[in-house]
Amino acid sequence: MSKEIDYKELIKILPSDDIFQQCMHCGMCLAVCPTYDLTKMERSSPRGRISMIKSVARGEMEMSRTFADEMNFCLDCQACETACPAGVQYGRMVETARVVVDNTKYVSKTGVMLKRFLLRRIVASKNVLKLFSNFLKFYQKSGLQKIIRSSGVLRLISKNLAHVEKLSPIISEKFSDKEIPELVFPNGLVKHNVTFHYGCLMNTMFADINLDTIEVLKEMGCKIITPKNQVCCGSLMGHNGDMEFALKLARKNIDEFELHDYEYLISNSAGCGAFMKDYAHLLEDDPLYAEKAKRFSSKVKDVMEFFAEEKPELKFNLEFKPELTTYHDACHLAHAQKITTQPREVIKSLPGVNYTELEEASWCCGSAGIYNVVRYEDSMVQLERKMKNIKNTNAKIVLTGNPGCMGQIKHGTEKFKVDVEVLHPITLIKRILKK
Amino acid sequence: MDQYTTEKLKSIVGTKNFFDSKEDKLVYSYDGTPVYKQLPEAIVFPQDDEQISKIIKLANQEKFSIVPRGAGTGLSGGAIPTENSVVVVMTKWNKILEVDSNNLTAWVEPGVVTGLFQKEVEKLGLFYPPDPGSLTVCTIGGNVANNAGGLRGLKYGVTKNYVLGVEMILPNGELLKTGGKNMKDVAGYNLRDFIVGSEGTLGIITKVLLKLIPKPTQSITLLIFFDKLIDAGKTVADIIASHIVPSMMEFLDNTTINCVEDYTHIGLPRKSEAILLIEIDGRGSIVQEDAETIRKIAVKNNATALKGASDENEANILKTARRSAFSALARRMPTTILEDATVPRSELPIMIEKVSKAGKMFNVTFGNFGHAGDGNLHPTCLTDERDSKELDKAHRAFDFIFNEAIKLGGTITGEHGTGLAKKHFLEQVAGPAGVDMMKKIKLAIDHNNILNPGKIFTISPKCEGSMPTKREQIKDFHV
Repeated sequence: MSKEIDYKELIKILPSDDIFQQCMHCGMCLAVCPTYDLTKMERSSPRGRISMIKSVARGEMEMSRTFADEMNFCLDCQACETACPAGVQYGRMVETARVVVDNTKYVSKTGVMLKRFLLRRIVASKNVLKLFSNFLKFYQKSGLQKIIRSSGVLRLISKNLAHVEKLSPIISEKFSDKEIPELVFPNGLVKHNVTFHYGCLMNTMFADINLDTIEVLKEMGCKIITPKNQVCCGSLMGHNGDMEFALKLARKNIDEFELHDYEYLISNSAGCGAFMKDYAHLLEDDPLYAEKAKRFSSKVKDVMEFFAEEKPELKFNLEFKPELTTYHDACHLAHAQKITTQPREVIKSLPGVNYTELEEASWCCGSAGIYNVVRYEDSMVQLERKMKNIKNTNAKIVLTGNPGCMGQIKHGTEKFKVDVEVLHPITLIKRILKK
Repeated sequence: MDQYTTEKLKSIVGTKNFFDSKEDKLVYSYDGTPVYKQLPEAIVFPQDDEQISKIIKLANQEKFSIVPRGAGTGLSGGAIPTENSVVVVMTKWNKILEVDSNNLTAWVEPGVVTGLFQKEVEKLGLFYPPDPGSLTVCTIGGNVANNAGGLRGLKYGVTKNYVLGVEMILPNGELLKTGGKNMKDVAGYNLRDFIVGSEGTLGIITKVLLKLIPKPTQSITLLIFFDKLIDAGKTVADIIASHIVPSMMEFLDNTTINCVEDYTHIGLPRKSEAILLIEIDGRGSIVQEDAETIRKIAVKNNATALKGASDENEANILKTARRSAFSALARRMPTTILEDATVPRSELPIMIEKVSKAGKMFNVTFGNFGHAGDGNLHPTCLTDERDSKELDKAHRAFDFIFNEAIKLGGTITGEHGTGLAKKHFLEQVAGPAGVDMMKKIKLAIDHNNILNPGKIFTISPKCEGSMPTKREQIKDFHV
């Protein structure tokens, strides 16, 4: 009995009928959906999923394993939102549905608990993440990794674990939050007053990108405040059925950044930027935070977006001859933030860059938050497609603005034997800067 | 559907290609058409001709109906399941089998996506012109079944002008092969052209031979803004009268302009009453000359501004924006009902006025856009299907529009097909003799009326002979 009440309570959080009605089932989303492309089945398409969520929300259809599977099969890449002329916000629907699904018997409880533990206790906690990363670093550097890999012991525990272990990116030597002072001044005049959010993955696994970002911002004349008590943006939790915890983090960040006076909040992780821009919407019903969140979100800018708008006149090393370069659109930059032209403009404007466009550049690489961890096989199908396209460009450098994509594509270079260097655009800019 | 039929279907296509969960039934209960919805009994993904033939034979035996389906983007309800039906999905048949550069033809499977096919042949310097609004999604099979049109219809014609041959499994389970690579062929009845536009009522298409043409080498895309609807109409009429045939001449009214701009943010003028999007293509200097003539005509007709696309990329952005018009209108209201009343080109300005009038008369909002160059309009009613009063008003407004179109010598559908949505108007256009002939042909080929029944027209149950008296006789009438 109580179970039924729970369920009714649960489905209440699904969007209202008006929101569903906006989907006129024209099918334009099918063309860009990576999961529909794989199965060619309507239930794996945004249009099909919306129809299923609508039926469950209206009480016309019971929750089921098929429903749960399809919600989690979705990459949440939001390419369909870009393709949707009617402006349906599919991402929100599927994310809410995942909250409901995670509380039903159709999703393994241990899986949900493990996911929650991983995201809440490890990723979201800066110190634990660092501890965990230090362990990983030790594991990678000490030779333990080699022993474990060659012994095949992981495969004994679980096939998936063996795969996922290979996905773990190389941990940076030093974490960037220790390296970046809370206040950094440019060498010359202060043109802008910005804050910096260093992200969880960028901080521990791609710390150099954060350092490069600070260097480039300095060159651009930015005074940079990097609040010490900032926390994880919450995006991974929000996208994976734990909005409650994500909002806790959002409020904490809003409070921390409010202490400072700044024009823009710069992020170099597409996923974090997208989620922080969304705080305004996510907290619009919170009487205490609605206004603050709106103010906060309006200031968030992706570093490439900022660079493209400012068009800084930097001193470049004109002798630098970079290789043939291409660009992969991170979903959370292209689809969630609608930033596609700016990074390309910036890259093409760099001296000597030989740019070539990537076929299906805005097709998801399969990283998709923690999708590649929880659905390794499905994720690799998308990655293989991405790597094939990258290989076809003959580019020696592939640029992308999200740590998830970077880790995934780096994994792809090994798995599918593609000889290409994976960089954040800001790193390329830093390389070309005159010393 | 009984256990026996279910098991039989599973044994034909294999368990992994058979679906009858409530979720799958739900997601195949609709296509791109607003309002219509019906759950099928099952969904199958056949693997080859033989399986399709067996499914059709089983349908005849067990008396269930078959609804063929491609990507499900149709706008007349052609792929909406009927009662007691099995949906046969062809999306996995997506191979381009052959591109013959010597004969300028291509064999394709029906599930090939139109836009992807175009991209492939354009790599070889060839061109497949039909370009329905949903070309990124819709399939060749669906295009052939509905004789799909598109933006380039004005100069290049529609799907039927590019179908050279068809292979199809007939309602008796046999394979029909008709047409071929010959540019001329008058052997017997022209079955091929008869199949094009038959909306899945005569068989399931399994292979299509398409005609290709050389790709035009030059094109110019122009965007012209007007403060008055009538000026846009006059410009179209003047261009046609000056014997210029653009490859595309698209019209958008103010409501549509605003919705498209909300989606695309490409800087369309929100205050303009009308926009014309014109593309001229071909070879050599004629393209430039035609563009210049069009410029002059537009200025003469009080165009407020004129913009040329600077490169192919910009031209594509403009065309994509136009293709999004229908769905973009959904931003305004919960339900958008799109029709495609078509009139002779000279009557276009009058028809545009009639649509505005329908909006005022029945107090409903219309967004109007369409293929001005070929008289094919898409008056789109912005309404809410959950409010029966509003929906009724919309239907009455469309009745008015269709009647006016017919009075002007027009037709109820230019390119979407009759399907479920327009079958009530068919007799007004085709006449009683025409509809009667269609029904007779249908029954001659499909005795048991199992293929997509109830689409285009309704065939009333047979009432012949004496009343059944015995149980065994009654069983035969049980559908």
